[in-house]
Amino acid sequence: MPSTATIQTLERDIVVVGGGSAGLAAAISARDAGCESVLVLEREPQLGGILNQCIHNGFGLHAFKEELTGPEYAARYISQARERQIEHMLRTTVLDIADDLTVTAVSAERGVFRIRAKAVVLAMGCRECPRGALDICGTRPAGVYTAGTAQRLVNIDGLMPGREVVILGSGDIGLIMARRLTLEGAHVACVAELMPYSGGLKRNIVQCLDDFGIPLLLSHTVVNVEGTKRVEAVTIAQVDEHLKPIPGTEVRYPCDTLLLSVGLLPENELSRQAGVRINPITRGAFVDDSLMTSVPGVFACGNVLHVHDLVDYVSEESAHAGASAARYVRQLAEGAGRGASDLVPVRVAGGIRYSVPAFVSPANMDEKITLRFRVGAVYQNRYVSLYVGDRRVQHRRKQILAPGEMQELTLRREELAGIAPADEIRLLLEEE
Amino acid sequence: MSTQHLTCIRCPKGCQITVELEGTEVVSVTGNGCRRGDEYARKEVTNPTRTVTTVVPVEGSPVARMVSVKTAADVPKSKVLDVVRALAGVRTTAPVHIGDVVLADVCGTGVDVVATKNV
Repeated sequence: MPSTATIQTLERDIVVVGGGSAGLAAAISARDAGCESVLVLEREPQLGGILNQCIHNGFGLHAFKEELTGPEYAARYISQARERQIEHMLRTTVLDIADDLTVTAVSAERGVFRIRAKAVVLAMGCRECPRGALDICGTRPAGVYTAGTAQRLVNIDGLMPGREVVILGSGDIGLIMARRLTLEGAHVACVAELMPYSGGLKRNIVQCLDDFGIPLLLSHTVVNVEGTKRVEAVTIAQVDEHLKPIPGTEVRYPCDTLLLSVGLLPENELSRQAGVRINPITRGAFVDDSLMTSVPGVFACGNVLHVHDLVDYVSEESAHAGASAARYVRQLAEGAGRGASDLVPVRVAGGIRYSVPAFVSPANMDEKITLRFRVGAVYQNRYVSLYVGDRRVQHRRKQILAPGEMQELTLRREELAGIAPADEIRLLLEEE
Repeated sequence: MSTQHLTCIRCPKGCQITVELEGTEVVSVTGNGCRRGDEYARKEVTNPTRTVTTVVPVEGSPVARMVSVKTAADVPKSKVLDVVRALAGVRTTAPVHIGDVVLADVCGTGVDVVATKNV
């Protein structure tokens, strides 16, 4: 490593960490908001992030009112970034973000280098829960993959991970891969889901499992993996209401491959290095209504902030983060800026697990903002209610709410009129 | 009169739709949240269709080994596996652009298979 004196140091107004759907939307929006100096750093050899391996359709229904595949959706944003001549560096990995917004990165071309930024947008996305996080009994043979790894092998590298497949977890990537592997000639014996409901979108259960007669076993889990070199079989058992396997319900499935689709974790190592406060529920940053984290000038959006179901909402959220970052840089130049003092927390209760943003500034917020949230279980015929102090400002009936489907509501600035300094904003489910 | 229960797949909401049929004639569609759901339900019980997506090998690209493709329009659900089989052995050469036809009129459906990625 060269001494500090010889390390190249660049200066940019906004550095966007990650060139996937979140980073691209943030960069484009920052540029459109008037920021000329935007740099996107991407570790892969191409822009687009995870969309490049999501070759199935269903993207863009909200953003473009048409049904696109992942690569097509990415291409729209890549060409928008190109039209605006937004600077990006590929094969470039960010090593550190300091709380003074110095970004340290490395690439084969430049070696280790630094960028002094006025604002940083975190757009690193998320990664999958690996086997090590699951406590599955049995041997440790080859043939156990996360669903996303299998997706990359099949769709990017053109390789088949196996022929006889069992999938644990009904997250969307697992459902998508059940279909994908079936189309490529593998046999998918079943998808086992620990919870009594699926973690994936309903449409994926219909299109990816029902269409091909692949059974979805709710309240089931893998209790054993067999095989020395390669997976030879897995055993699946039913679980009780405490999620404990029920003795006597075990069924052995001979197979060569076990895919895991059991959850996604925002990739926040860099955020932590920068000192960003992380919400233990979302495992993403606590942000205010401008999507700024606890570190001034650091913004977060997309799956690094909280895991989304739909890329359309990632793009929407990230455009807001990019515009906020541009405004922050402008206010910095003007010597203005918002204080942290007037932030009102959004408290969640009654079945709602979290809200993004977690804080709202009644004085500085846009005319309207979007609150995104998830529930912790399946609820039918409940009301989503929003209180400002004791005042109920929103009360909306929902036929069905499920943990796998993110909810949102629009909060208008006028709804916060007259809020007292001690007041809270509360978001909760009510029966009536 | 027969009844079919469907989960709409036209958007991620996944509305639970009930279709009442008199033979093959649709009598009523209920539970859908929008017009697309009504369309979907009528089609799904009479002539179900799907978009097929897969990848084919691409030669001459420094980065990509595969290029993603899709049927440019829906094909009958019963032909999904045939479409994938028809694509086995199909190769492309870079440069490939989004929308380029990779295989025309796949399986006699009148639908082209087109690239979904610029390589």
